[in-house]
Amino acid sequence: MNTGYVVRRVLQFLIVLWAAATINFILPRLAPGNPVRDRLVSQASQGGPLQEGIEQMVRSYNKEFGLDKPLYVQYGLYLKHVARLDFGYSIASYPNRVMGLIRGALPWTVGLLLISSAIAFTLGTFLGALVTWSRAPKVFQLLIGPAMALSAIPYYLLGIMLVYLLAILFPIFPLSGGYSIGQIPHLDVSFLLDILRHAFLPGLSIVLAGVGFWALGMRGMMITTKGEDYINFAEAKGLKDRRIFFSYAMRNAVLPQVTNYAINLGTIISGLVIVEVIFGYPGMGSLLFNAINGSDYFLIYGIVYITVLVIGLATLAVDLLYPILDPRISYRRA
Amino acid sequence: MAEMPIDIAATPSAPIEERITFRDRTPMEAIVAYCRRNPNVVIGLSMIVTLLLISAVGPLFVDTTQADPLSALPAQSPSRHYLLGTDDQGRNLLAVMIAGLPDTLRIGFLAGAIGLGVGIILGFVSGYLGGVVDAVIRIAVDTLLTLPGILILITVAASIRTFISVNIMALVIASLAWRQPTRIIRAQVLTMRERAYVQVARRSGMNTPEIMVREMLPNLFPFLAASFVGAVFGAILFSIGLEALGLGPQNQPTLGMTIYWGIRFNALLRGMWWWWLPPIIMLVVLFFGLLLLTIGLDEIANPRLRRTA
Repeated sequence: MNTGYVVRRVLQFLIVLWAAATINFILPRLAPGNPVRDRLVSQASQGGPLQEGIEQMVRSYNKEFGLDKPLYVQYGLYLKHVARLDFGYSIASYPNRVMGLIRGALPWTVGLLLISSAIAFTLGTFLGALVTWSRAPKVFQLLIGPAMALSAIPYYLLGIMLVYLLAILFPIFPLSGGYSIGQIPHLDVSFLLDILRHAFLPGLSIVLAGVGFWALGMRGMMITTKGEDYINFAEAKGLKDRRIFFSYAMRNAVLPQVTNYAINLGTIISGLVIVEVIFGYPGMGSLLFNAINGSDYFLIYGIVYITVLVIGLATLAVDLLYPILDPRISYRRA
Repeated sequence: MAEMPIDIAATPSAPIEERITFRDRTPMEAIVAYCRRNPNVVIGLSMIVTLLLISAVGPLFVDTTQADPLSALPAQSPSRHYLLGTDDQGRNLLAVMIAGLPDTLRIGFLAGAIGLGVGIILGFVSGYLGGVVDAVIRIAVDTLLTLPGILILITVAASIRTFISVNIMALVIASLAWRQPTRIIRAQVLTMRERAYVQVARRSGMNTPEIMVREMLPNLFPFLAASFVGAVFGAILFSIGLEALGLGPQNQPTLGMTIYWGIRFNALLRGMWWWWLPPIIMLVVLFFGLLLLTIGLDEIANPRLRRTA
């Protein structure tokens, strides 16, 4: 792989991080009546037991972010903090730091995201491939229509209907949460099953909405691949149909799907954020929802930044690994 | 139409009158024939037009002032008096649907139109002029496209939450809606720039803006239509996402905000299906119509897709 490409790609990643951090820095300062201040003041004016915490927070906020200093010094300090992933304290649940709250929520989201999108990817890719294969059962042709229709509906709308159907009308699955109330998270089979039962509906809405999308992409790739000479050659040689399908056609058609996965990670996560809210799933989405409702700006900016970071890292990894997966790509400048 | 005499050479002795049966199709026939070949556009378009009609004609039959809180008894199930029931705050939900649909559509069309407009300008400048300007625009678009749009919009919307209205919401969403159109149009302009008719225009002394507007833009029309629908689709998707999180217009009823209030006040658990189901059905019709329209328009814009579709 050529180093020029790697350098350019890493640079782009850094630019994304810088842009996200800068947006987070500028926005609260552009909005009329600095929302952070407003929030602190309104919290403080309620008085009560929180008073002391707020005083302490305003002081630490001023000191850490150097609010008495000129804007460019503030900006520099801000970037330094962000680089260390330090987003300060949560406003709504004061003694907690933003990063601590995020660390508690991140594994839930990553687990749900990886498993359900991997299932959607696999099912969709196979469906899309089988639809184009004339010797495959015709059932798949019937499935692709509904799958595509479902993919036009945002995950969360699907999620609302699933909750109503499978948690309220027919209470097969739990209504919300990540595990049963009263359970203490620990590692054993019964707790893992409990987690799976709770993650089933949010996962299902992601799978249902995702299958059609992946099937559509795979179908397009398979049609192109099927026209290639090496497929004709394999058929002429009399290779088994199963072997042509898996080792010749699918293997080559599936690679662009991998890039597609990385490109769409942002969209998948965006949908997941709202799905979590609907299912009261204890991940980043619910954390964000509560932060929005509690006007907890530091937490909002922290969550947004960490998500951008995770997506950026994933895209970077796929882009750099891609030439290894697919030797046809060399990223040499045309 | 199969019985039409198609092979002229096979009937060389046919009188001229008979050969003249080969008249051109009237525009109407052409449209009908096209619709048969590409039903996606027709079905999608008629779904969207139905929704537009509902939002145009609905207010004549339903009193939309009932969409405000405290205009009806709270939490009523559907009845002859309140066809879609009422919510906890005493909004007549049928009125909310009628008043909210045009607002949701307006956010989509406004943001989509702004996004496309900016996309046309940037795409043309970038693709036609090239050089440093092109590099800057290209890097900006590529970088911004990797950002998760909804999260950036959440940051913006959360910062200005107290005064979000339908129009401001459209502007906020438009701030990201130009990325895709810019990219698509730039790619098209790049391929068009060296075509013969553009070169002829250039050699015959047309200036650059004139070439862009009079020679290239009309040829891009199918692409512009497809990317407009795509931009509207994306904008509505973003707006519903923001609204489902409670970041929509606080005092205007939109479809997404209705869903948000429904979730917030536990309509699901309380079996108040009339609160959350109608907005979802409307949105499903809307999204499905836009999807069909996008697929259909893509087919017109990229004839190569026709073979595989």
